[in-house]
Amino acid sequence: MKVLAIDTSNQVMSVAVLNQQEVVVDYTTNVKKNHSVRLMPAIHTAMKEAGLTPSDLDLVAVAQGPGSFTGVRIGVTTAKTMAYSLNIPIVPVSSLNIAAFNGLPFEGKICSFFDARRGRVYAGLYQSNGEELEEVWDEENILFTDWLERLKELNEKVLFISNDVSLHRETIEEVLGEQALFSPPYLNVPRAAALGYVAQKKRAVDAHQVVPNYLRLAEAEAKWLEKNQEKQNHE
Amino acid sequence: MEKDQFILAIETSCDETAMSIIKNGCEVVSNVVASQIDSHKRFGGVVPEIASRHHIEQITIVLEETLQKANMDMNAIDAIAVTEGPGLVGALLIGVAAAKSLAFAHQKPLIGVHHIAGHIYANRLVEEFQFPLLSLVVSGGHTEIILMRDHGEFEVIGETRDDAAGEAYDKVAKTLGLPYPGGPHIDRLAQEGEDQFQFTRALLHEDSYDFSFSGLKTAVMNTLHNAKQKGQELSDVNLAASFQASVIDVLVEKTYRAAKEYGVKQLIVAGGVAANKGLRKALEEKFSAEKDLELLIPPFHLCTDNAAMIGAAASIAYEQGHRAKLDLNANPSLSLEKYAKRSKKTPV
Ligand SMILES: [Zn+2]
Repeated sequence: MKVLAIDTSNQVMSVAVLNQQEVVVDYTTNVKKNHSVRLMPAIHTAMKEAGLTPSDLDLVAVAQGPGSFTGVRIGVTTAKTMAYSLNIPIVPVSSLNIAAFNGLPFEGKICSFFDARRGRVYAGLYQSNGEELEEVWDEENILFTDWLERLKELNEKVLFISNDVSLHRETIEEVLGEQALFSPPYLNVPRAAALGYVAQKKRAVDAHQVVPNYLRLAEAEAKWLEKNQEKQNHE
Repeated sequence: MEKDQFILAIETSCDETAMSIIKNGCEVVSNVVASQIDSHKRFGGVVPEIASRHHIEQITIVLEETLQKANMDMNAIDAIAVTEGPGLVGALLIGVAAAKSLAFAHQKPLIGVHHIAGHIYANRLVEEFQFPLLSLVVSGGHTEIILMRDHGEFEVIGETRDDAAGEAYDKVAKTLGLPYPGGPHIDRLAQEGEDQFQFTRALLHEDSYDFSFSGLKTAVMNTLHNAKQKGQELSDVNLAASFQASVIDVLVEKTYRAAKEYGVKQLIVAGGVAANKGLRKALEEKFSAEKDLELLIPPFHLCTDNAAMIGAAASIAYEQGHRAKLDLNANPSLSLEKYAKRSKKTPV
């Protein structure tokens, strides 16, 4: 089983090649640069380093979002087109889930989040038993302070995994105090190796059906709905 | 006889997800267009984020249909072509990512195509080019006069200084309360009306091939507004006819002058507005007396955005040795002249 895993859902770009559970290549950058320009050359390099041609692939795994709309789309388009045209299975995995995997050895609650501006985050909460992650709450696009208040009520330790943790560390500590645990910075960077690993345990999806999980409506759509609901209420 | 050449082309620069397979640069083997127009109607125009969301939902479905209609698989394809710009960046990115993925997965050459070059080459699916030729490109995003002395050579000799003609159509249509996209509705109304208002023909007497439509658009809006304040009802058909007459007079006259100056053998009309009945009729009238000048207007389905035209343009680029690398990016403001001067790259 040869797996190509792709995550471009946030600033981090990560491409991995796995042979079964074994990581062959893990190519990860954490720089503010253009995914559109860099993703295909990165895949090309990763595959070359692994000594594989595209026709050797058995599975494509992709980060499905949430994250940057454009970033997620670049990864998902690349992955679904490749999987469809090579006629191999594709497994989409939540970007938050991939990030949370970095905390897998911690047997407790793991919260991964991405900054979504204006005080909001995309956040997920998982329970780790050291081997698997189970989603505790549905992923949300939410005001971070609201999310933290909910975590506080759990009254147990929560490990935070986020490449954006430095933006919010003070707020987290303010609300959760001793309840909050943090990782060293290198564990905050999501890895496609984890994506490729977990994807093999999940069910494949028809390539046509693979679309980003934005967790947020397009702005025009949200405004339109708001306006039309108002109209309805007046009628 | 050399082996046939098959190009799979992708076009996602605006609100159509389109793919096509073109044989030897001039024969359409399959041509699929998934339009999103119904999704954008309620917003009165194309919403970029929503366009991108639709493209990613459609991309492999359109690919499947394109291959199935041609009864071909990826092995039979010689090269992958894609619109790299201009257009909506998020929309272009879906096509570019898909094209690069296909080129890599199946080890095929990749060719980037300029959207307007595509519109012009739509005509080559109907008839072979004769140089020098002139192309009048009119669409929602473009109003340009382009001179071609040979394949792949594009010289912009005139362009709009503000709004594109199609843009002015859409805005005027909106003022008249017509549904989006407004162009065809104005064209229809104009057939029934008269040029009662005699709006200015912008830049007509200037010694350049440039256009300007924003003043005209404002004039129509002001006329309507003033009448409303006085409690008068204006005739929609006459307003539409007057607006359309002003646009068409300038387009036809400038194109005619340019055609004469450059002594071209063909005039190619391209872009969505080429479907406009009023424009077609005026061009036919103006150019009918020209014995050495052939007027070419492609059928409607090749005027609007499609991928067949991208494949047609890519075929020549492929023969000329143009290859894009896997770092090809979407370029929302790609200029045609810069594109024409691009170097022949070799793939990674
Ligand atoms: Zn167009």
